Amino acid sequence: MAQILLKDLRKTYDQTEAVRGINLDIEHNEFVVLVGPSGCGKTTTLRMIAGLEEITDGVILIGDRVINNVPPKDRDIAMVFQNYALYPHMTVEENMSFGLRLRKVPRDEIGRRVSHAAGILNIGELLQRRPKQLSGGQRQRVAMGRAIVRNPQAFLFDEPLSNLDAKLRVQMRTEIKKIHQRVQTTVVYVTHDQVEAMTLADRIVVMNHGIIEQVGTPQEMYEAPLTRFVAGFIGSPAMNFIPCRVVNAGSGLGVRLSDDITLALPDVQADRYRGHVDRPLIFGIRPEHMTEQRQHTNAQQIDFSCTVSVLEPMGVDTMVFVEIDGTEVTARAAPRSVSPVGAEMAFTIDMNNMHLIDPETDRVI
Amino acid sequence: MNAMVGETYVRRLVIFYIPLFMFVFVMLFPFAWMLITSIKPDAELYNPRISPFIVREPTLEHWESLFGTTLFIRWAINTLWVAIASTAVSLFAGVLAGYALSRLVFRGSTLFGIMIFVTYLVPPTLLFIPLTGVVTWMGLQDTTWSLIFTYPTFLVPFCTWLLMGYFQTIPKELEECARIDGATRLQAMSRIVIPLAVPGILSAGIFAFTLSWNEFLYALVFIHSPENKTIPVGVTSELIKGDVFFWGALMAGALFGSVPVAVVYSFFVEHYVSGMTGAVKG
Amino acid sequence: MTTPQPVNAPSLWARFATSLEDQRVLGYVLMAPALLLIVIFIAYPFVLGVWMSLTDKIVGTPGTYIGLGNYERLFASDIFLTAAWNTVFFTTVATVFKAVLGMWLAVLLNRRFRFANITRASVLLPFIVPTVLSTLAWLWMFDATFSVFNWTLRWMWQMEISILGLVLKENWGFFRGPLWLGDPDLAMASVILVNVWRGLPFFAISFLAGLQTIPPDLYDAADIDGASGWKKFWHVTLPLIKPVAIVVIVFSIVVTFADFQLVYILTRGGPNNETHLLATLAYQLGMGSGNIGQGAAVALFMLPILAVVIIFQLWYLRREGVR
Repeated sequence: MAQILLKDLRKTYDQTEAVRGINLDIEHNEFVVLVGPSGCGKTTTLRMIAGLEEITDGVILIGDRVINNVPPKDRDIAMVFQNYALYPHMTVEENMSFGLRLRKVPRDEIGRRVSHAAGILNIGELLQRRPKQLSGGQRQRVAMGRAIVRNPQAFLFDEPLSNLDAKLRVQMRTEIKKIHQRVQTTVVYVTHDQVEAMTLADRIVVMNHGIIEQVGTPQEMYEAPLTRFVAGFIGSPAMNFIPCRVVNAGSGLGVRLSDDITLALPDVQADRYRGHVDRPLIFGIRPEHMTEQRQHTNAQQIDFSCTVSVLEPMGVDTMVFVEIDGTEVTARAAPRSVSPVGAEMAFTIDMNNMHLIDPETDRVI
Repeated sequence: MNAMVGETYVRRLVIFYIPLFMFVFVMLFPFAWMLITSIKPDAELYNPRISPFIVREPTLEHWESLFGTTLFIRWAINTLWVAIASTAVSLFAGVLAGYALSRLVFRGSTLFGIMIFVTYLVPPTLLFIPLTGVVTWMGLQDTTWSLIFTYPTFLVPFCTWLLMGYFQTIPKELEECARIDGATRLQAMSRIVIPLAVPGILSAGIFAFTLSWNEFLYALVFIHSPENKTIPVGVTSELIKGDVFFWGALMAGALFGSVPVAVVYSFFVEHYVSGMTGAVKG
Repeated sequence: MTTPQPVNAPSLWARFATSLEDQRVLGYVLMAPALLLIVIFIAYPFVLGVWMSLTDKIVGTPGTYIGLGNYERLFASDIFLTAAWNTVFFTTVATVFKAVLGMWLAVLLNRRFRFANITRASVLLPFIVPTVLSTLAWLWMFDATFSVFNWTLRWMWQMEISILGLVLKENWGFFRGPLWLGDPDLAMASVILVNVWRGLPFFAISFLAGLQTIPPDLYDAADIDGASGWKKFWHVTLPLIKPVAIVVIVFSIVVTFADFQLVYILTRGGPNNETHLLATLAYQLGMGSGNIGQGAAVALFMLPILAVVIIFQLWYLRREGVR
């Protein structure tokens, strides 16, 4: 159990830069999720922490120790791989005890730790089986058991759930969270699935093109994304991005989305955007903040209407697709209040939850 | 392919059973002939008037003379020793090199890979004359050691090539996981990768064993003393005296020189075949 | 002079063990045994062979440098030119037969039938058994006086059971039947026959392995498209087996080209040096007559053609992305 520190970490393969200078401070017992699209450098970063990739430049500390040149076996970490990497020629028990046997831990101590971990994971009756005889979920548990037994300073997870089917994935996600609560330890978890990131993380690190876009709690990421990438990546369905202009409208400011739609900016927000009047910007709004017309609960809610082009019922809500000046926009509405395709429908937008993005820097203003 | 729907029995006989029978007959006839010849008395062997296909008075005299009056048993021991030792040497070098070339990134690894491949295709006949010089210079001439050290020249490239392919089928994560679990690179290799590669190693070993059992040219050139010869050389050089061929004993020798590899082969057909086909697929 | 070691200083062994964690170091360490063997027993002999071929070395003498003298002499020698031609001819004809018959046998073996496994296993026997020993059996079967083939032919003639018998009477008369190894053309044909017999299983089993990777759906699809047996073979089987076939053929060319044992046992290059291959000629010159320089030159003469084959193979493997 220790903190992990990444200082200006870089990784270059031949010509391509996979990781381009990362600074991250992972606290003691913290559950940090690295999330991003494939090729964003998250797995490379994890593998550098594990010692499986050489560090091109920068420093990694685990605890107080610089581990750049420490071989993986001496880093005192455990890793759970995407394909579980269970040793096919060993039983579950041998798999779990392999690391301890290498370290010459006394036999009774090994037995105690294995049965303890097996108890946590509920795999006691599988100990004599071989990996081939296990289901996907059981393999996943054994892989975690192998990590728990070691009692390492940190757990590394590399997309551990992506080989499971959808239902099992949700179940194992909860399981991992429970286990982290029981086995207090530092966790670095890599995934491309933002839902996993949101549900598991104490803090999320969103990566893209080898750099960190933003670090924060799940709630911060959702409510206050700093960049267009984070705004689009976190949240499902994804945030709508509509080209717009901030214009002077009467006494205050308005956001003009099309010839027909101009949304009045609440005065409290107006100051922030006054410098951007008449510049082309991007208006970001999540589907859940653009609903069927409702009774307003605050002054920042505004109404407007559009023609419905497609409906996608999801049960609880119906996704309503409309077109605003050539851009397809998704709204989330109560099933009973939607208009049929082709008809006009009135929407309420919550300007409190909108973001304006500067297209030149892709940053949220 | 299954039998085609609507294929008549006659058609199947003509396009399938008859050709297949011919192939099998031709492939196996020489072995049958070895056996028939080796149990026929000389009087029948060298009588052109009677049918050679029928053994009238089967005899074991040729077998007895092979085992009793020639050094055949000695040659068999030599052959076995050379085959086992050179296979062991080759597997040792081949496993390590195959592992390095398929798993490790180091400067020159591609070049080494090409080098192994090229030497794989260099036939022994190209080098036997200068190699004689090397063997003499090392003081190994006329000993079985000369064969144990030179057979790896064609076995190591083969084993390396085959095992490279096999190692590549073992997921890298297993090793990475072992290294994180506390294994050194060597431990990850010896405790995870090599145990998982046993089928591949067995294939390479079986194939290498038969290759060295069958080798002829180096054994012919390097060994002179009858008691140090291997079966192929012993049978062809010691059982033929000038122009006189003792066909009964010769065929007995051919038969008993073939039986051990055939037995080893029959136990490991699958491994042998996967070694053979793996060797060309790379 | 010894100074006491500091207690915590890593020993030499520990430092070595640590450096093995670096794959750049470990790579060389693991390559070392193989490289050592290759350098001592292939690379060095190769250089030595090139040097020997440039000298007039005879057994027991150091030999002096004579430039390309050996090669000049070889090109002026009928025996050498015959051997070179024989090698090319032998390789080409034998490989064609092995490929065609091997493909036929593979297709037969690929069908499902009773005893399929044991048939496949037994067909491979000629390939796994020591070549010289099986070749001895062929030598006996080709024997001038007691050839089983000739006995059979004679029997057919005596019985006059067939047209074949009459043809034999016209061509070879009554008593002897052909002298398989006594006539240069027949001897070459006999050597090729034995080579095909021995190498055929390798082709057949390798092709069979290739055939088994072809998904059966493709044949079903071809059936539905109304393709005949031949068309299926031509348009489905052959294109899909091409990669395996090329590698097998190239591999076999190398081995056949360098063949030594068959000619050594069957004809010793005779009659009248007409059936020598490069390998047997090299042996006769280098080991038989002790003319080491010339022997080495003959053996090296295999190199250019092998090089072409090897380069083709490397190019092909790379293009196919096998490695």
